[in-house]
Amino acid sequence: MDEKPEIYLDNGATTKVDVRVVEAMIPYFLKYYGNASSLHHKGAEARNALNDARQVIADRINADNDEIVFTSGGSESDNLAIRGTSHALKDKGNHIITTTIEHPAVLETYKQLGKEGFEVTVLNVDNDGMLDLDKLRSAIKDNTVLVSIMHANNEVGVVQDLEKIGEICAEKNIVFHSDCVQSLCKVPINVKQMNLSLAAFASHKLHGPKGVGALFVKRGTKLYRQIYGGSHELGLRAGTENIPGIVGFATAVSLWTDDDVERITSLRDKLMTGLLEINDTELNGSRESRLCNNVNISFNFIEGEGILLHLDKNGICASTGSACSSQSLDPSHVLLAINIPHSKAHGAIRFTLSRETKEEEVDYVLKVMPNIVNELRGLSPIKNNEDLAEAEKMKFDDHH
Amino acid sequence: MYIDEYSDKVKDHFFHPKHNGKLEDADGMGKVGNPKCGDVMELFIKVEDNKISEIKFQTFGCATAIASTDALCELAKGMTLEDAEKISKQDIVDYLGGMPAIKVHCSILGEEALREAIKDYRSKGKT
Ligand SMILES: Cc1ncc(COP(=O)(O)O)c(C=O)c1O
Repeated sequence: MDEKPEIYLDNGATTKVDVRVVEAMIPYFLKYYGNASSLHHKGAEARNALNDARQVIADRINADNDEIVFTSGGSESDNLAIRGTSHALKDKGNHIITTTIEHPAVLETYKQLGKEGFEVTVLNVDNDGMLDLDKLRSAIKDNTVLVSIMHANNEVGVVQDLEKIGEICAEKNIVFHSDCVQSLCKVPINVKQMNLSLAAFASHKLHGPKGVGALFVKRGTKLYRQIYGGSHELGLRAGTENIPGIVGFATAVSLWTDDDVERITSLRDKLMTGLLEINDTELNGSRESRLCNNVNISFNFIEGEGILLHLDKNGICASTGSACSSQSLDPSHVLLAINIPHSKAHGAIRFTLSRETKEEEVDYVLKVMPNIVNELRGLSPIKNNEDLAEAEKMKFDDHH
Repeated sequence: MYIDEYSDKVKDHFFHPKHNGKLEDADGMGKVGNPKCGDVMELFIKVEDNKISEIKFQTFGCATAIASTDALCELAKGMTLEDAEKISKQDIVDYLGGMPAIKVHCSILGEEALREAIKDYRSKGKT
């Protein structure tokens, strides 16, 4: 290979902005730069763009135009949804439910609410990453006011059955929020069928710009604003709207088709099947109920940081659940939650595809990966499961 | 850890370790760590005239552990056992041209394994 390719398979982290999205945004920097709150015609131009964008997002999830609040991204949307309802419903009850595999935007918000006096239940999922509906049903109490369960998991790609979860919440008349940051445009979302009261979205996971997101707020949902100021965004989110970003977000959403999802799914399957042909590899997360662009595989007996360095040397960008590559030195909380032992979480690599992923790129990964695995296994004293079992008998040396 | 935080020397020792492998006829062997906490280190030495004449390691550890243990071996080779025992974390970090503070602990396992190997050699010598 003369020149190092650039193969970006970390689209769960963020995506390249589609050039058509950039083109759609440019006039809103240079020509229609008005403030949507202004009375004059420049304000009207911005307001029109804002309304059109709102309609695009609403249509995609079977919501109404006045049920979409634009935000600065997934984290803000999750915060607004969770903090906003919990505090608004405090008089009704203070018990709130979520799962162990949520993104920190949800988990940390719950943790904070715990400190503020809310009673928090964090439900375990099974080894596939799926939530047991009976567990949810029995966790709900008279004082439960909010259930927050993510649609598609960002690390292992597991997709929860929101329709069934929504049914349970509707039965008990409980507000249901879902972090749909990874699923929008990749998994169908119908807020009415799913009985959702709140759903969080982010633009940058689907070839839109960073720093833009949305929260679906079902009409009539009691919600306290988190940012005080002007009465923008139904009075729920103060601040001059990021019109170019919002236009970019809506354009990015409108570009996605069912064919895209189908093509990405078949590339994912090729990558997944090919990688699992390497000895001593295991898929993390459900195979059936899985995001179309997520492959998460443990390469046993080796470690993720080293794999990523080798991949990067070959021009391939991916991510790992290994402790040693995280800033906290803790392995991924999602892998531990689905009972992947430390020794296997250590060698977990996530490849996330995009609409721009090409088959040649998948082929290239499949070509280089066996060599990387062999090379790193050559450095390891553990070559097979017997070695691993033997090594695990050693005294637990907690030097961390 | 981010890719731009690895010094060239760390990358070189990781991609091309000089001292990786096993010594079948080792005079001393140290094995520390546990896969449950994510790393296992085996280190082998041969000793001549109280000096480390050959040294090799194998690890189920991260890239930094591989690089820093290879660096440790490079430093220890040819040293007297007494000097080798004194090699510190800082010596390894300095030799590698620095590393983020959070990753320094990754080099500990190599040092522990070397001390164990020396202890193993000495315990055999006594019998
Ligand atoms: C599932 C999930 N929720 C929330 C977020 C946070 O979104 P943002 O980075 O736009 O704040 C992310 C992305 O990192 C995510 O993957």
